[in-house]
Amino acid sequence: MMGAPLTVTVDGEPVPGVAGQTIAGLLLARGRLAWRETGRTGRPRGLFCGIGVCFDCLVVVNGLRDVRACQRRAVDGDVVETGISGD
Amino acid sequence: MSAGPTDLRDAEVIVVGAGIVGAAVARALALAGARVMVLDRGASAGGTSAAGEGNLLVSDKGPGAELDLAVLSRRLWQKVAEELPAELGPRFPGLEFEAKGGLVVATTATGADTLLSFAAEQRAAGMDARPLATADAAALEPDLTPAREAAVFYPEDAQVQPVAATEALLASARRHGAQVRQGVTVLGGIRAGHVLRGVATSGGELRADHVIIAAGPWSADVAATFGVALPVRPRRGTILVTTRMPPRIRHKVYDADYVGAVGSGSAELQTSAVVESTAAGTVLIGSSREQRGFDERIEPAVLAELAAKAIRLFPFLAQAAVLRAYGGFRPFVPDHLPVIGPDPRLSGLWHATGHEGAGIGLSVGTADVLRDLMTGAEPAVAADPFAVDRAALRAYTEGTA
Amino acid sequence: MWWRRGSAVTDVLVIGAGPAGLAAALAARQAGAGVVLLDASDQTGGQYWRHPPGDPGADEELRGSLTADPGCEIVTSAQVWAVGRREGAPPSVHVLVGPADGDGRSARVLNPRALVLATGAHERTLPFPGWDLPGVVTAGAAQAMAKGERVAVGRRVLIAGAGPFLLPVASSLLRLGVQVAGVVEAGGWARLARGWSQRPRELLSVRGKAAELAGYAWELARHSVPYRTGSAVVAAHGTDRVTAVTVARLDQDWKPQPGTERWVAVDAVCVSHGFVPRTELGLASGCAAGPDGALVVDEAQRTTVPGVYAAGEVTGIGGADLALAEGAVAGRCAAGAAATSAQLLQRAVHRRFAARLEAAHGIRPGWTAWVTDDTTVCRCEEVTAGELRGVLADTGTRGLRSLKLTSRAGLGACQGRMCGRSVEDLMRQAVPGGPLDPGRTEARPIAVPVRLGEISTEGIP
Repeated sequence: MMGAPLTVTVDGEPVPGVAGQTIAGLLLARGRLAWRETGRTGRPRGLFCGIGVCFDCLVVVNGLRDVRACQRRAVDGDVVETGISGD
Repeated sequence: MSAGPTDLRDAEVIVVGAGIVGAAVARALALAGARVMVLDRGASAGGTSAAGEGNLLVSDKGPGAELDLAVLSRRLWQKVAEELPAELGPRFPGLEFEAKGGLVVATTATGADTLLSFAAEQRAAGMDARPLATADAAALEPDLTPAREAAVFYPEDAQVQPVAATEALLASARRHGAQVRQGVTVLGGIRAGHVLRGVATSGGELRADHVIIAAGPWSADVAATFGVALPVRPRRGTILVTTRMPPRIRHKVYDADYVGAVGSGSAELQTSAVVESTAAGTVLIGSSREQRGFDERIEPAVLAELAAKAIRLFPFLAQAAVLRAYGGFRPFVPDHLPVIGPDPRLSGLWHATGHEGAGIGLSVGTADVLRDLMTGAEPAVAADPFAVDRAALRAYTEGTA
Repeated sequence: MWWRRGSAVTDVLVIGAGPAGLAAALAARQAGAGVVLLDASDQTGGQYWRHPPGDPGADEELRGSLTADPGCEIVTSAQVWAVGRREGAPPSVHVLVGPADGDGRSARVLNPRALVLATGAHERTLPFPGWDLPGVVTAGAAQAMAKGERVAVGRRVLIAGAGPFLLPVASSLLRLGVQVAGVVEAGGWARLARGWSQRPRELLSVRGKAAELAGYAWELARHSVPYRTGSAVVAAHGTDRVTAVTVARLDQDWKPQPGTERWVAVDAVCVSHGFVPRTELGLASGCAAGPDGALVVDEAQRTTVPGVYAAGEVTGIGGADLALAEGAVAGRCAAGAAATSAQLLQRAVHRRFAARLEAAHGIRPGWTAWVTDDTTVCRCEEVTAGELRGVLADTGTRGLRSLKLTSRAGLGACQGRMCGRSVEDLMRQAVPGGPLDPGRTEARPIAVPVRLGEISTEGIP
């Protein structure tokens, strides 16, 4: 069973989720398809491969860059910043 | 002992090796009117040229022949870096030439003494080597470790993308009539007595008035097929590359013990931090030296040392994500000087190899010198120190292979 | 999951806890070896057995017996980032244990007597115009989100590509209440029929498979989901996200046929054209790969490196049943015993099935015709097909390595996992004789990005 409710901050806004969700799943459940801009042309990216091999879904978690949102389980209190990974 | 003055126009020249040195030589000779064919058993820029950082350094060289060649070559690079894009057009992959300057940092007191006296020698030889006060070093590199004992800035150090540079030199050579054949292995020379008339290759026989060996660490094998011994051996190096990040490193920065590592004859692993950013936003981290033949394994232990030393210079790098590691084989010669010039053992055979870790930087200067030697002109730097039959190499080159 | 800091030498180390790895661990235990089983995810089951954390998954039985067994240590969130090759022996294995892409994970080095690589595969999605729009995902991503988190990638979704994997994905989405606009298979009807109906007696031994497929077909029919063969998504449209796709019919060689284009409104597209074995640890260990890129193994699932075994998709794409069968053989042989005749029979049966997959659904070369000059080929570095073709024309190189370093295709964060084979296919088309260094994209001595501080000598206890 998916677990206890949690809250993470995404770009300063509190976002509810449940334990067991990855950050990508949490964002997707909120209807967000894109949470990053590409380095060269600034185009939006989000989930692509879903299994951690494409590195499109990168976010900053608790100040740490280059975290794959689809591989990282959301933890209550996580501070997530989108749009700035992958520069 | 020299081959004598030659008019290169319409001379048939074969260059063995489509790396940066072969490419530079091919261009220089094609511009001089020769009919050049470059042969490589693999793809262009497939060897050591793709395995380095693209260093164009003067800072790591003490006064001497190699420094003279480096200074000439650095000057030529400035010109070539402008000529090539103009010639090849905006679509051609960019050379990313950047005269960014190099900062050498000593983190120990003994290191500081060695660095500062080395810099003094270099200044006495006319080099721009500027010892910096702590505050000035911080202004140049704000994220540099505060635990530094001395720092010297070399404004003339520069950077280029080595594979793009190799391909650009080849493309330019082609525009001046050179041919490049990839996937062709040289099997040996075709002689008439002591004179070279051509080469046997996996694709058939080719006529040649001159053959130039520019095969990097494989030059000894190639030379052996011509019946001559050439003491060029591989010296392994490894580089780490990080993910892209906002730029925080502005120059080439390296640990002062780099110079000691370069000049060492030891076969054991030596690492010394070399850190810089690239135009793409990644950070390149080197450098290691090891004699292990052509063993291509990437060793986690080597990566661990490179990581530790890089963090020592730039503590913020501890969080940097390293994306890939690659390695290559520098062509080193026992006295740490390249081999450039005619081979007295076989008329028509020339060498342009043995540049160790400085091949990218020294390539265009080498080509210039070689062209002059071939035409009988006075090279811009004295070429005797690079002769294959110099005293220091006699023990290796006496007799045939 | 606890980590035993005991012996420095492990009997059998298994990397990957999907079907092949779980089967190998079990077989090795049954043959008396001490086993350490690693997986990068925080869950076992691999890509095949996906379930929300805490839910009993289909792998529960296998995993349960291993968890209860003191002779087997399962370590999840364990990322193998490098191996240290040793002459004539399995390599040392360098691991970081902790949350994915974390910092300060704990570093350990394992020295196994025998190593089993069960690292599986990832999807290959052929590039097409618009495939880099948000909402265009792989079929596996849709499956992972659906099975692992009960989240749907969209409300009106098209599933496209090649291979039987498209069907379970459609099923998972239908069960989440998603409107599946269609399943579009590139393989033509005749080829599919040939591949599947040859030597029908063999299919008897994989009756379960046939029943499974029939089940999916029925589910699609019940929901009126069209299943189109010999067709492909040749373009995705939208500005900030996908809003529609163009589907076209293909000829036998997957070349789109002009005049057959149809417009389909969607808010997500799941595309997968097959799988690529994840061979990097094998290659870094010195194992030989075959012309298909998969690790070469013998009858005992031994690779070309003594002491290193491989099982499952990493030895060739063949599905979960074959992975289980190969894993069992590998585990038993890695433990020093000989494979049983039952194990060998299982493997033989499922191998034949796997061969059909390639015959029926394998990628055909005409696909490059739907790639325009503006199509992004390397997603990470945003290199287009036109740029690749331009660099090849300008440099004349016959080297993939040179192409990579001058075009930047393959230099980005995914290190060519998504684009490598496509770049190679495009180069093969553009350059007479093709590349002189084929397959080199798959060599990645650093198997996953790691933080410098985590691998530094000063960080290792």
